[in-house]
Amino acid sequence: MSTHDHAADHGHAHGGAAHGSLKTYLIGFVLSVILTAIPFWLVMTGAIDNKQATAIVVMAFAAVQIVVHMVFFLHMNTASEGGWSMLALIFTLILVVIVLTGSLWVMYHLNANMMPGLHDMREMP
Amino acid sequence: MASTATMAGTEPVFHLEEEHAHAEGSSTMLGFWLYLMSDCLIFAMLFAAYGVLGGNYAAGPAPKDLFDLNLVAVNTAMLLFSSITYGFAMLTMDKGRVAATQAWLAVTGLFGLAFLSIELYEFAHMIHEGATPQRSAFLSSFFTLVGTHGLHVTFGIVWLVTLMVQVARFGLIEANRRRLMCLSMFWHFLDVIWIGVFTFVYLMGMLR
Repeated sequence: MSTHDHAADHGHAHGGAAHGSLKTYLIGFVLSVILTAIPFWLVMTGAIDNKQATAIVVMAFAAVQIVVHMVFFLHMNTASEGGWSMLALIFTLILVVIVLTGSLWVMYHLNANMMPGLHDMREMP
Repeated sequence: MASTATMAGTEPVFHLEEEHAHAEGSSTMLGFWLYLMSDCLIFAMLFAAYGVLGGNYAAGPAPKDLFDLNLVAVNTAMLLFSSITYGFAMLTMDKGRVAATQAWLAVTGLFGLAFLSIELYEFAHMIHEGATPQRSAFLSSFFTLVGTHGLHVTFGIVWLVTLMVQVARFGLIEANRRRLMCLSMFWHFLDVIWIGVFTFVYLMGMLR
């Protein structure tokens, strides 16, 4: 590969093509509006009777909307920066999942086990 | 050694042949992305703290007594509008239209200010009702999480104004384009964090 090809590659990665077009921004915007409006409507009107079901649906909408923002606004793809930004993102997501589930899980059990009267220490072996 | 031997007569080469000169700022976008990822971890910690402490009201007010979803919906709309107008600023920047870029940046800044004003109004209203950060663990973690996001938006606006001055003085030169692209990532990233905030804090809070 000649140096000229390298220069062209870099020009492409940082040039106009790297941050989308009017169409992708508008698609992202319309999707975001829909994905924001539905969860607000669900919670404000209580359209689903079951609160737990509502919570799961609302979280699912949030997850989808985060992906929409990543793709249409932040222009994430596996090719940008030679894949390093995707690698950093995946690493961060793993850490975020560990931090969130780990904290909630440990602290929930801590709270449950610290309840007064739940365990009678005399019955412990 | 073999390679230097074969190149007898020419200057010895000690770097990889594939290695080439890096233009100034060519690694800035990746570096900034790594910063955003570390920022994401800060927010993950704050979300975890809110998740753990969010139910400890200490006989104080609960989310249902405090949150006004209409206000949060307007706030969310402000941030979403600011995201798309920043996108328009980037598109006009690509075409090299300085005045249009400045105009879209100004609109973005105004939406950002509107977001901040609504949030500060909400905070002031809550504090006026006695729901201060000292009241309960729920309120401490709420103010820390939402306040940190608000602080990010504040600095984003400061940065935006700085860049508008830069663009006004030097035009859309390469360095300014790079800076605007960094701020673009920062701004959209804050919108992504806000999705988490309005879902986990406000919507889920109202469901509790």
